[in-house]
Amino acid sequence: MSSAMSWLVILLAVINVVGVVWLLIVTAQKAPEDNDATATTGHAWDGDLVEYNKPLPRWWLWLFIGTVIFAIIYLVLYPGFGKYAGVLGWNQNSDHAAAVAVAEEKASTIMAQFDGKPLPALAADLKAQSIGRNVFANNCATCHGSDARGNPGFPNLADNDWIWGGAPENVLSSIVDGRTAVMPPLGAALGEQGVTDVTAYIRSLSGLSHDTRAAAAGGERYATLCIACHAADATGNPLLGAPNLADNIWLYGSDAATIAEGINYGRYGQMPAHGPIIGEQRARLVAAYVLHLSQQSGGASASAGGSR
Amino acid sequence: MFKHDKVEKNIGLMGVLIAVVISFGGIAEIVPLMFDAQIVEPLPGMKPYPPLELAGRDVYVSEGCYNCHSQMIRTLQSETARYGHYSVAGESVYDHPHQWGSKRTGPDLARVGGRYSDEWHRVHMNDPRAVVPESNMPGYPWLADRFFDAEDVKNRMRALRTLGHPYSDEDIDSATDALRGKSEMDALIAYLQGLGKYTPKSEPAAETTAAAADGEPLAAKVDASSTAGGD
Repeated sequence: MSSAMSWLVILLAVINVVGVVWLLIVTAQKAPEDNDATATTGHAWDGDLVEYNKPLPRWWLWLFIGTVIFAIIYLVLYPGFGKYAGVLGWNQNSDHAAAVAVAEEKASTIMAQFDGKPLPALAADLKAQSIGRNVFANNCATCHGSDARGNPGFPNLADNDWIWGGAPENVLSSIVDGRTAVMPPLGAALGEQGVTDVTAYIRSLSGLSHDTRAAAAGGERYATLCIACHAADATGNPLLGAPNLADNIWLYGSDAATIAEGINYGRYGQMPAHGPIIGEQRARLVAAYVLHLSQQSGGASASAGGSR
Repeated sequence: MFKHDKVEKNIGLMGVLIAVVISFGGIAEIVPLMFDAQIVEPLPGMKPYPPLELAGRDVYVSEGCYNCHSQMIRTLQSETARYGHYSVAGESVYDHPHQWGSKRTGPDLARVGGRYSDEWHRVHMNDPRAVVPESNMPGYPWLADRFFDAEDVKNRMRALRTLGHPYSDEDIDSATDALRGKSEMDALIAYLQGLGKYTPKSEPAAETTAAAADGEPLAAKVDASSTAGGD
């Protein structure tokens, strides 16, 4: 605040306080001199309408004085009087910092019990699961769904299929550092017929209805273009985030149109890095929660640590 | 000595005096802020919106996003734990008008940049319930079919330059390329992904909480507190 504005505020505050005190004095001393209970103010409206001139009720007067004193004390203690910061030195930034410190203190006592525990152990820990579930609901559910079963384009985390690997350290790394998967657009390279053929081949891998002749042709195109990322047996490559195409688990959808769209225009799957947002400690708990969900879904997951 | 008959009998005079008394509060609370708005400095490294984001910002305004989303994180622990660093004045110097808002039917968006992928925004804007079944946000599918007149956006940039946004002529010329083939959806997503780009880097609540709770990365703790001091 510039000093001119500061002085403006000070001036107005002083005028206000002095003004109300002056108003109090001039009205409170207007008590009738003779204490006559029937004395009137002397005004007459509509001919005969007069009002008594009673002193202000004491309780009201004291309340009024109280508010003026309160205002003065407030301006001494807290910021408000121009640039003057107040005796207490209170401001909302330090107030916030103090509240954060209290919350940190509380969180660190709760979090301390999870320190140094390996993720598989945390995944089996009921308390870690419950905190992890809260972190998940706050940060992850918007994309992966509140049941963690995913949405088209956002993988199901409650099954045992992992695009970037299901080992605890892989899951944690996905959360902390994020992931970017790039499926290049292959429409131009394959041509319209090529896309139809490869789509048929991919559907055949999962045992979905398909044109056998197209699938055979698509298999040949697959071997030249797709094999580098999705592997010869179409089981994918977790290092690249290239999904398994042979397990009938679909990130974007299994219908021919959706598959063809992915081949034609490519896909750009992105998991934002959450380390900077939730911090390592919470990331570990949410990783543990996700691992717990996938273990729960059945299927002995060799990579998840086998705590069940 | 003090005749209040006059005031009591003359309602016009009384009205004027009441207005004078009430204006004291406004003069003390609003006028200094109006003058201080002129001296707020942009955050370090902060640049005015690039053309695509600027166009997206106008989509944000015209679709009335501010009716349900604020862009103002208050200095409350519960807010900074959820959204990140509280809002500071320097963030809004290139916002005319600012989008602070006060109604949160949806979440605050001041730090939403980078939280979700572009693809998520696209799906979510087309049909919010496709990704968040609990959402009551309306879908905005038509944004994908509407495009910009680059000249129009350039004129907006020229107008903002008169308000002190440091756009160079090259910046304004770049709008033609930046907006080519971009739908309102693309622009809005670019705008949203840029929100919070210049956030003060100190003490995001969750991060320092985690660093303090971790015990082990002492360096991170020291780092966090030193940047907090430099705020």
